[in-house]
Amino acid sequence: MIRREEVEHIARLARLTFDEAELGRFQHDLSQIIDYVQTLAELDLTGLAPTAHAVEVKNVLRADEPRPCLSQKEATANGPLVEEGQFVVPRIG
Amino acid sequence: MDALPLTANGCRDLLAAGEVSATELATLYLDRIESVDDAVGSFLLVDRKGALAQAAAVDAKPAGERLPWEGVPIALKDLLCVKGLETTCASRILKGYRPPYDATVVAKLRAAGLVFLGKLNMDEFAMGSSTENSGYHVTRNPWDLERVPGGSSGGSAACVAAAEAPWTLGSDTGGSIRQPAALCGVVGLKPTYGAVSRYGLIAFASSLDQIGPLTRDVRDSAALLSLIAGRDPMDSTSLGLPAPISLPDRTDLAGLRFGIIGEYLGESCEPGVREVFDHAVAAIHALGGVCEEVSLPSVEKGLAAYYIIAPAEASSNLARFDGARYGRRAADADDLLEMYNRTRSEGFGEEVKRRIMIGTYVLSAGYYDAYYGQAQRTRTLIIDDFRRAFENVDFLISPTSPTVAFKIGERTEDPLSMYLSDLCTIPVNLAGLPGISIPAGHSGGLPVGLQIIGPHFSEQGLLDASYALEQRLAVRTSPPPVEVTR
Repeated sequence: MIRREEVEHIARLARLTFDEAELGRFQHDLSQIIDYVQTLAELDLTGLAPTAHAVEVKNVLRADEPRPCLSQKEATANGPLVEEGQFVVPRIG
Repeated sequence: MDALPLTANGCRDLLAAGEVSATELATLYLDRIESVDDAVGSFLLVDRKGALAQAAAVDAKPAGERLPWEGVPIALKDLLCVKGLETTCASRILKGYRPPYDATVVAKLRAAGLVFLGKLNMDEFAMGSSTENSGYHVTRNPWDLERVPGGSSGGSAACVAAAEAPWTLGSDTGGSIRQPAALCGVVGLKPTYGAVSRYGLIAFASSLDQIGPLTRDVRDSAALLSLIAGRDPMDSTSLGLPAPISLPDRTDLAGLRFGIIGEYLGESCEPGVREVFDHAVAAIHALGGVCEEVSLPSVEKGLAAYYIIAPAEASSNLARFDGARYGRRAADADDLLEMYNRTRSEGFGEEVKRRIMIGTYVLSAGYYDAYYGQAQRTRTLIIDDFRRAFENVDFLISPTSPTVAFKIGERTEDPLSMYLSDLCTIPVNLAGLPGISIPAGHSGGLPVGLQIIGPHFSEQGLLDASYALEQRLAVRTSPPPVEVTR
């Protein structure tokens, strides 16, 4: 069983906040899922290389040539609060 | 002309023969959507105005100057960016987001002259197997409105099944095209990882995600794949296909060997699904193909490996949704951290939070190698098992889903039972292989799909074999009668 403090710690890392009821629920669900995925520990995988991508591609390069791209106005058009082409956010705590 | 053509090839023929204009065709589908979508709920957004404008532009062109697919309608899963059209991934956190650019697949379809009917419902950020995790509404299975359409591309599958569009695009990270295709009785193809550019696909798990077609028949699937495949400088993992896809016309399976994945016929497989699967095996024999049972022991560990790798990648990919640059932002936060925390906690749904939490946990200090490292090595084991199997057989087959469509609400209380819906499809993503689900029959009046898996970049062979089998099985795929009012 994952401890309540661990759930709170993971939530802090993930930038999520939970109320008491949610914490209980997530503690239960995460414990159940982690117990399940832990079955991988039974496998002897010594000597096997880890796979990050199933289809091998190496050193994909392209010519470093300037191309048209989004204007500053287009790139910031979805911002909840924008001033002079910059994203405005609350002060850093 | 008032009958709805059911396939994209059918639409193309009618347009080419001048029997219908692009505007009339778009109107037929828009009217169909209007009459059935209150009951089915495939769409998050219907762009009537945009579709009619695109169609009018096609009609304004002289017939001789039109491209082959110009004027054929399509609808898109809501994680594909369409310039200027709201794209939410069915998440509240992206409410109001209008992408400033087209996804590569969208740009390709736009250049080919297809008409965009709208955006389709899905599980939020493609996390789910029933479309019940949408932040907006549930989608119902057109074969039984009390049941789920599968997921996460549930809107894409239900839309085709209910004839609200001749074809759609979905995405598949662990079965999200094939499983809903099976549950809704349509064809769903997940291409080889890298066959189709992911640029402009809002990422869930980047090493597993792949865009693909959901269609009424195999030929439409081949046609749509050839429209979207190709290497793209904007996606460095994209490779395209080794050769252009031609329209399948094979009518036998002589000389082909099919491996039945024994691990998927155990007790998790419903008897009714098993019966339809056995019938499909008999059809393969009748067409001159050979079937033999093969064992891929590692696939039973696929689900566990997936539920480490996919959440790990998701927790990282979804870090970008913080309220600073797009989507919704929590109001009146005192400082930046509070804005992040509240934006994410208010904006993400329960399942997305669950996956972010799992992913953050398995990547956190002290656990990385025990979970993520072990899962990546299991992935190698699975790839090796598939490689060995393909030394002896041309294709592998299994039921697409161990069960038929389940009731709405049946699996929402127990995340693990929901995860088991993708048991047979997940290892295919882990190995980056192409897989297709074709309608194989019905059990209790509900569709059952057959999954066919091939080696990397074997799409042409996969489609040819699927076409031969489709002709032989002759499963009824005409749209089920959807009650107009509920």
